[in-house]
Amino acid sequence: MAPAGNSRRDRGTGRAGGAALAVAAVAIVGGLIVVPLVSVFVQAFAEGAGHWWAALADDPDTRHAIWLTLTVAPVAVACNTLFGVAAAWLVARFRFPGRSLLISLVDVPFSVSPVVAGLSLVLIFGRQGLLGPTLAALGWKVIFSWPGLVLATTFVTLPLVVRELIPVMEAIGPEEEMAAVSLGATGWQVFWRVTLPNIRWALLHGVVLANARAMGEFGAVYVVSGHIAGVTDTMPLRVEKLFQEYRQPASMAVASVLAGLALVTLVAKYVIEHRLEAEARDLARARATDDAAPHQTTGEVSP
Amino acid sequence: MSIHVRGISKSFGAFKALDGVSLDVPDGMLLALLGPSGSGKTTLLRIIAGLEFPDAGAIEEDGEDITERHARAREVGFVFQHYALFRHMSVFENIAFGLRVRRTPRDEVRVRVEELLRLVRLEGLGGRKPSQLSGGQRQRVALARALAIRPKILLLDEPFGALDAKVRVELRQWLRRLHDEIGMTSVFVTHDQEEAFELADEVVVMNHGRIEQQGTPEAVFDHPATPFVMDFLGNVNVFHGRVENGRAYWHGIPIEYPDYPHAQAAEARVYLRPHELELSPVTGDGKAVAGDGQQAASLRAQVLRVSRSGAVTRVFCRPDGSDVEVHVDVPSDVARDLQLQPGMAVAIRPRKARVFLPGPEYVI
Amino acid sequence: MTDPSANPGRDAISSPAPRSAALRSSGPRSARHAVAGRRRRGPAVLPGFGASLAITSLVILALVVFPLAVLVFRAASLGPAGFVAAAWTARARAAYAVSLGGAFVAALVSSALGLVVAWVLARVEFPGRRVLDALVDVPLALPTAVAGLVYSSLYVPKGWLGQFLVPLGIRGAYSFLGIVLVLVFVSLPFAVRVVQPVIESLDRDAEEAARILGASRLQTFLRVVLPAILPAVVTGFALSLARALGEYGSVVFISGNMPFKTEIAPVLIVARLEEFAYAEATAIAVVLLAISLGLLVVVNWLQQRLARAAQ
Repeated sequence: MAPAGNSRRDRGTGRAGGAALAVAAVAIVGGLIVVPLVSVFVQAFAEGAGHWWAALADDPDTRHAIWLTLTVAPVAVACNTLFGVAAAWLVARFRFPGRSLLISLVDVPFSVSPVVAGLSLVLIFGRQGLLGPTLAALGWKVIFSWPGLVLATTFVTLPLVVRELIPVMEAIGPEEEMAAVSLGATGWQVFWRVTLPNIRWALLHGVVLANARAMGEFGAVYVVSGHIAGVTDTMPLRVEKLFQEYRQPASMAVASVLAGLALVTLVAKYVIEHRLEAEARDLARARATDDAAPHQTTGEVSP
Repeated sequence: MSIHVRGISKSFGAFKALDGVSLDVPDGMLLALLGPSGSGKTTLLRIIAGLEFPDAGAIEEDGEDITERHARAREVGFVFQHYALFRHMSVFENIAFGLRVRRTPRDEVRVRVEELLRLVRLEGLGGRKPSQLSGGQRQRVALARALAIRPKILLLDEPFGALDAKVRVELRQWLRRLHDEIGMTSVFVTHDQEEAFELADEVVVMNHGRIEQQGTPEAVFDHPATPFVMDFLGNVNVFHGRVENGRAYWHGIPIEYPDYPHAQAAEARVYLRPHELELSPVTGDGKAVAGDGQQAASLRAQVLRVSRSGAVTRVFCRPDGSDVEVHVDVPSDVARDLQLQPGMAVAIRPRKARVFLPGPEYVI
Repeated sequence: MTDPSANPGRDAISSPAPRSAALRSSGPRSARHAVAGRRRRGPAVLPGFGASLAITSLVILALVVFPLAVLVFRAASLGPAGFVAAAWTARARAAYAVSLGGAFVAALVSSALGLVVAWVLARVEFPGRRVLDALVDVPLALPTAVAGLVYSSLYVPKGWLGQFLVPLGIRGAYSFLGIVLVLVFVSLPFAVRVVQPVIESLDRDAEEAARILGASRLQTFLRVVLPAILPAVVTGFALSLARALGEYGSVVFISGNMPFKTEIAPVLIVARLEEFAYAEATAIAVVLLAISLGLLVVVNWLQQRLARAAQ
């Protein structure tokens, strides 16, 4: 049977086969993703917008949870961005012994269960932990307190920004930065004027992803927070607490806010990826108009 | 500003890029570093710029040792092979970069950048981004950017390598004129002999991390110091021969070679450039007729193929009793007069030859 | 007249080589990467090595290496017998089984479904394809707690889906099936996004050749396409497995957390922690950590193979 349609895409599947598969794919995504997503909002607004608002604004513990998430996540993301930029600069621009080990270590938070991560932080900062007595003497609280939340959130989101930046920086190459140095720029000037404009979209992409993950983090924060309502419950923890108290509509209300934030994240991600793809195309085109000489990453060695 | 390079060595892992290289670049000279890939020419250039550091050796600028000085402080202008323009800045900002990082006042920046845009003939394009420019235009921006900081020396890494042939030729001539105007000491790297010869005051031929010869284009072409130089610059036929008693023998034909006056015969290699061989028809009785009407020692050969390219015709011949090809370049009008055809018998006579005694380093 | 010392046929070593017209890359670029740990004079050309190394190492050591080292150390201080006693209780064994089993089944399902979705996104044109493409990323952005909450609400007997499924005997909530469901949700993007670009860059001509030679669509798929995308599918499986293994937030809502039945290892760890049974919690955590890190090594190796195969 001759493939129908002029587009290349239809070839290989045939019209009937393609339609059936498309229906299957839509069913899969619809059933697994769309239905639950829609359900969150439907259930949250089931008793009307008034009740929805009341569930969020009238409950002091919920208000606190929202405020907590909105303060913990950005701080964690900011720390991660600083780390990410430093690590990407190191890995993408220099060669040194131990580089591969460092790269592997950066990936570890991705594969460790968040509960394990939280537990390890408790073992250090908890009352019976390694630094427990020292902290108690200083009067500092880490576990069951805001700093602990930030630490746990930073841990689980650690790789996100770095992993975005390294491929982009390696693809662009160090030549522009070398040119800047030869023209007399200091380290800071090189970074600010040359590197940052080149990586801004990748950086933004990493920040958006890290932020989404940070706001939604559950397991690690659950362990280090002691989930004391009104003090150390972030929004995801609040959802769980309300769920345990059989206050489903309130739980759904908070969940809907998180879901809304997730949708905003996705839109931002989509827009940024558009820009990233455009830049990648420009890069490829510029390379193609030159001859096929490969670019070099630096042969630097630690001094 | 003059540059003195002393005994520079550089290795990348197991690969030795430069091996004890020494070089003098007098003030105001336009010097070409010429050689094949891997010869170390780019590495040497980058070391002069401060973009690489040598493992051993020293560099002096006007007598001052700058080996440890950072690229930033060397006041060199470097033009990268692929321009390395700042892709997110306009042409104006690219050129202004060196001035901006020195916190030059805004008006001064504007005046200088516009002066440079005029110099490189890109007036009016200051607002464009690099992606909106052609290769030749980008190259000129890269040059203007390097010149903006008034460097004492200009270094160019294969400046025209990534451009179309026609643009290359234009920019070459333009660069020469620019150099004559400004008079700045300049060093450029190229693997294109034609480019080196057309542009440079002097040429440094490099191979495997060493300098084979330095001299004016005529000097290195007419008096190559090593077989590599001879072979790299232009085409050459290479033959086994022998030397004896002040003469070199090529296919029995003697060539004066006073450098070897000994009676004992030794093996040698004879290098003959295609245009240094003379071609003449063979007379009816089988004897060659030399250009001056006299019979001279010459080699009989058969024409295999004739290929004309513009003003020069290349004749591929096979000497009698041999199965190798000899290339002879003949001016096209002479070739026409001789009515050269494949299968024709001709006589080849060397006008000039270069002889090298074989040694371990003379392997091509 | 030939010189008797010259060999015919060995006269000329070489005829003139053509002028080096082609542009050649200058310099041994690949050699520039192969820098050994040599001491060099002078500072590095690009700035910031020292500062970036300091920041990066400090953060990695303090936030990643040190905490995990403390965890392992604490578990090791139990001694081998103590460790086994803590990590190998009957309840713990059940928890490992649920965790591994759930993750494994979920990864399988995810890979299969992901393949279908990836194929459709890469090959089939239909209105709304772009939207579908964007929706695949939802599990990456949505907090796991929200996923767990809403899945649970859907599959309970009174839920949108549960009202139909429970009478049929399909219990999506408070069951092993529920665990698998949410784990498929969180791991689906990984299964899709690894395979999708590989399908997009397949050599269509090979498939056309197979069709012209008489193969049916199914045969073409099985013999030509599947072998080409198998490495990506396997990598997607491994990534899904890794993602599903440590998952906590969504599972606690839907599984009911019944010991020996639907309790996953992270839940057990938290339970022990809340009883202040640090030793047991630590020991189980170390077992989970070891499995995760082992999986990470496998995944890295697979991804490298995939990257090499793509060249």
